[in-house]
Amino acid sequence: MQQIFNFVIRNKTSLLFLLLFGIALSMTIQSHSYHRSKFINSANSLTGGVYGTVNSIGQYFDLKEQNSILVEENKRLREQLLNTPSTNDITSIDSTLRDKRFSIIPAQVYKNSYNLPNNYLTINRGKRDSIKQDFGVITSKGIVGIIDNTSNKFSTVLSILSKKSRINAKLKSSNQNGSLTWNTKSPYLAQLEDVSQFAKLNIGDTIVTGGQSAIFPKGIGIGTVQNFSTDATGDTYTIEVKLFNDMTTLQHVYIIKNNDIEEIQNLEALNNE
Amino acid sequence: MNNTLASNTIRFFVLLLAQVTICSNINLLGYINPYIYIIFILLFPVKSNRPLFLLCAFNLGLLVDMFLDSGGVHAGASVALAFVRPIFLKYAFGTLYDHQILKFNKLQLNELVIYISFMTLFHHFIVFNLEIFNIFQILLILKKTLVFSLFTVVLSTLLILLFKARK
Repeated sequence: MQQIFNFVIRNKTSLLFLLLFGIALSMTIQSHSYHRSKFINSANSLTGGVYGTVNSIGQYFDLKEQNSILVEENKRLREQLLNTPSTNDITSIDSTLRDKRFSIIPAQVYKNSYNLPNNYLTINRGKRDSIKQDFGVITSKGIVGIIDNTSNKFSTVLSILSKKSRINAKLKSSNQNGSLTWNTKSPYLAQLEDVSQFAKLNIGDTIVTGGQSAIFPKGIGIGTVQNFSTDATGDTYTIEVKLFNDMTTLQHVYIIKNNDIEEIQNLEALNNE
Repeated sequence: MNNTLASNTIRFFVLLLAQVTICSNINLLGYINPYIYIIFILLFPVKSNRPLFLLCAFNLGLLVDMFLDSGGVHAGASVALAFVRPIFLKYAFGTLYDHQILKFNKLQLNELVIYISFMTLFHHFIVFNLEIFNIFQILLILKKTLVFSLFTVVLSTLLILLFKARK
């Protein structure tokens, strides 16, 4: 017993090092799987507070650009509104019309990264605003990512610029499905994999979300085809997608809440049993 | 002694804040960011007890990880750097370190640069190994280590000299 104690005391630095390095290593390994460690993430009041302060100063620098993005979006929405056939003559109240399938919550990006293998954003909405894991995040132009961790006031978003992210997407013209991944090379390009060889592809075709998962509604913009190649097996295409969003300058985002998500998940859980 | 404690505590928080608010948003050429928080580990007093040093380095790395959402990458690299520091100290300063009379604000520039360079290369190599976590991408890891280290070495040498001059 005495010898064990002596051994521990003599090598206390090395043992402490092994312990701490082991902890760090296990956290790193955990962070490489899909849903990451609950403790070490930037959705907490300390990091949120610091990033909030920085953001309140930094946001003034690109007000002009953000304004023009918002004006552009307003213009598009107004055009849509004016060109919708009028339905004012129907005055009856139908309670089913009021049950919205998706709600939208606006948020501000506090922190954004785009040069790591797995990138996360921190946004200023959390459990308080009824944000939960696996809600979709978009901008007026296209998709951004999926909510990962939430705290009371803040959330982290797993960006589409991440090795871990796989999002169901399809070609707008031919409805061929694939999954959107990222090869960590450029923040402007993502890859659409597993698209069937039967799909008709042209450079410049639009890629949108597929709507097969409960996270994103169908038809949210992702990007355009930049070029494509046949993958090693020869059965599927891998498409380089030029993203609509400039992922390097995100400021205002929208969180999509699918109001049916619990029902869908319950149903899927039943199937798995 | 009190003075050392205060200056190291201040350095810990100032470097942490500078790292996460400024240095991680530089994105030189689109992706290069310096990791200047390792200055804390570089300049930690030589004659201090080592378990405390390891714990300080681990906590600093952990806080950086928390801000940057990087799992345990920086915590691991920092604690490893703190653990092997005596080897690099001995290599860079030789007898000065052997006789325990090493003071960081009375050093020659070339010795300092050698010390910073080796420490930075070691730290960044571990960071990118843990971050990419794929031995088959060793070329990418080495490339990133070199490019990021260059930026970190230049910036941290300048910062150390700048704050040394004021004393």
